[in-house]
Amino acid sequence: MRTSCHDGGPSPADLLQAEEVLATGEQVIQVALAGQPNVGKSTIFNMLTGLNQHVGNWPGKTVERKVGFYRHNGRLYRLTDLPGTYSLTANSEEERIARDFILRERPDVVVAVVDAAILERSLYLLSELLMLPQPVVLALNMVDVARQRGLEIEPHVLEAALGIPVVPMVASRGQGVRELMDAVEAVATEGLPCPPNRPTIREDHQAVLREIAALIQGAVPPPYPEDWAALKLLEGDEEVTALVRSHLAPEQWEEVHRLLMQHEDAALAVAGARYDWIRRMVRAAVVQPRAGRITQTDRLDRVATHPVWGLLLLLLALGALFWVTYTLGAPVQAWLDAVVVQGTAAWIRQTLASAPEWLVGFLADGVLGGAGMVVTFLPILAIFFTALGFLEDTGYMARAAYVMDRFMHFMGLHGKSFLPLFLGFGCNVPAVMGARIVDTPKARLLTVLLAPLVPCTARMAVLAVLAPIFFGGSATLVSWGLVALNLLVLVVLGTVVHELVLGGEHVAFIMELPLYHTPNWRTIGLSVWQRLLAFLEKAGTIILVVSVVVWVLSYFPSGDIQASYLASAGRGLAAVGRLMGLRWEFMVALLTSFVAKENTIATLGILFGVGEAGEGLAGALRGVLPPAAALAYLATQMLFIPCAATTAAIRQETGSWRWTLVSLGLLLAVSLGTGVAMYQVARLLGWGV
Amino acid sequence: MNVGTELPLSALRPGERALVRRVSGGRGIVGRLASLGFTPGVEVTMIQNFGRGPLIVEVRGARIALGRREAARVWVQPAVVPSEV
Repeated sequence: MRTSCHDGGPSPADLLQAEEVLATGEQVIQVALAGQPNVGKSTIFNMLTGLNQHVGNWPGKTVERKVGFYRHNGRLYRLTDLPGTYSLTANSEEERIARDFILRERPDVVVAVVDAAILERSLYLLSELLMLPQPVVLALNMVDVARQRGLEIEPHVLEAALGIPVVPMVASRGQGVRELMDAVEAVATEGLPCPPNRPTIREDHQAVLREIAALIQGAVPPPYPEDWAALKLLEGDEEVTALVRSHLAPEQWEEVHRLLMQHEDAALAVAGARYDWIRRMVRAAVVQPRAGRITQTDRLDRVATHPVWGLLLLLLALGALFWVTYTLGAPVQAWLDAVVVQGTAAWIRQTLASAPEWLVGFLADGVLGGAGMVVTFLPILAIFFTALGFLEDTGYMARAAYVMDRFMHFMGLHGKSFLPLFLGFGCNVPAVMGARIVDTPKARLLTVLLAPLVPCTARMAVLAVLAPIFFGGSATLVSWGLVALNLLVLVVLGTVVHELVLGGEHVAFIMELPLYHTPNWRTIGLSVWQRLLAFLEKAGTIILVVSVVVWVLSYFPSGDIQASYLASAGRGLAAVGRLMGLRWEFMVALLTSFVAKENTIATLGILFGVGEAGEGLAGALRGVLPPAAALAYLATQMLFIPCAATTAAIRQETGSWRWTLVSLGLLLAVSLGTGVAMYQVARLLGWGV
Repeated sequence: MNVGTELPLSALRPGERALVRRVSGGRGIVGRLASLGFTPGVEVTMIQNFGRGPLIVEVRGARIALGRREAARVWVQPAVVPSEV
């Protein structure tokens, strides 16, 4: 049975309508969607809101915020997707955001999404949500997967035990979505019929909890409930501890602190009590599976998480992805460039034939150069994001992270950093933005700093054009060598930065391996769409601006690039260039690659006096550089500072200009240093000069 | 190896079950492990452990990948006496 997702189906018109209604002051029911990671929360969000959603960041945070609207029985609902968290103790930014939203914004209803197949574990978040004052509806998702695992759950029994509405769902197939909307409506309009069952703490800790509650009475600022704050103190919640401390007289705080020190094990006891409560809640409602049942996940994981087979499978998956990207994406990219971008450029030149030369150059080279680069990149990114969405949605990505964990540890990272770094092969911008899934700030920073060393498709394109010109038949060998060099530098730099700059701190690796799922194309499609949109919004505008700026520098003051500001800058770098056997033109080409890596080729074309790339460029460049210098140049190009869009992403994700400049400086030093070292070593050996 | 001895979780071999006795470490890491289900008294099953590198353990119906150091913070008591090899 298939239930339609909501009245009328999603369309941009709905969103418009929603905003208009907001302007007229119609009452909007606020709903928050909470759940642990991997429970199908996004699928439910997408089913309810469709394209009627906006993806942004939580104010001042690099955590994604999704807000959407839907209508049900004539009422308007505003749905906020809270970050996926395992608990509500302020261990991470995500957890702080989730609980602050519920406490401060006071949504009319909180929907707690749980995975029926791992009911006990995913109810843990519910046990915390029930301690907050807002009413909760339980979305019991993936009942089909639970059934396959031999787990039968009776929703009505669970409902009676918990005292809140329980809606069984298979969100990926749209089942239960309407029932969920009905349940939310009932709670929003009529409230809960009776107070829900709340977890209690064990006997041995109840006395101390009461003592703490009495001590902090009147010292907990709203919106935090006092009994909840007392419990969080006992759990060692840093945020609540700091809050209460600042509101208590020092001698009272001393007393609280003394009690807390006596009960240092309380965090474990509180969590244990919640799980005991969950056991009692589900006991009557669940028929447990027979032990030792071999599931599909078991069978797949025998290969996917194996240190040898898992690695081979991962290499195979990555190989397939690159193959698709280059056989499908590259021709489309080339076609877009040749027909759409060059066509438009030609059209501009023709139409504005009588306009001043600088205006034509500004539009055709500056503006179109940037915009064209963005447009031609979309197909490759679309392929990458689709593959990524597929691997994430099936549950495989967690296995890839697990298999890669042992390698990532060398550089102070753990498995979770593999995903963003891997994304870098497509484009460094989503790689940098993807680093937010890494859970500790230091490891996140390191991932961001290392991401630009992953050779992106743009750099690979440059390599594909220049390597054959310089090295003819050995081009493939040289290319592989340079890619390997990039990854080697990544590992070495990662290890060094981890040890020297970040203090060599051990990073904890704790990650859930979700059950495998049949992918939901709607979820994947929406994630591709949102990621492309984010790329366009963030990278697109920056590429355009920088492209125009660089064009201005390459055109003025005289209109001749050889005498431009850019050329002066290149000549300034000529001293470094000489150390690796390069003329100033190559240094300028490196500089322009800051806009977009492919600009290198166009710049070389202009500086060596060929109009368009291709045979002309090959002819002009052949013999200009001895092999050692050519190799040094290509290595520097591959390792050079990230493009403008990536730099902007680094600034945004680190929230710090200092780290952005550190990143640029580091890569500048590493790339030039490598180039010089390669050339000088080759010279000493008397090879290829 | 007797029932009643405490072992770090990382010492369990694939297929072995054990009961969690305690979790050691700072409040942050204990809190994270506890919210994932590692609390005293719960049964865990080792799914994959090659003696080095990360391992996979099943707890409360979910599979959790842990680094060796994280696994060594969870102290367990084997549920069944492992056969002597």
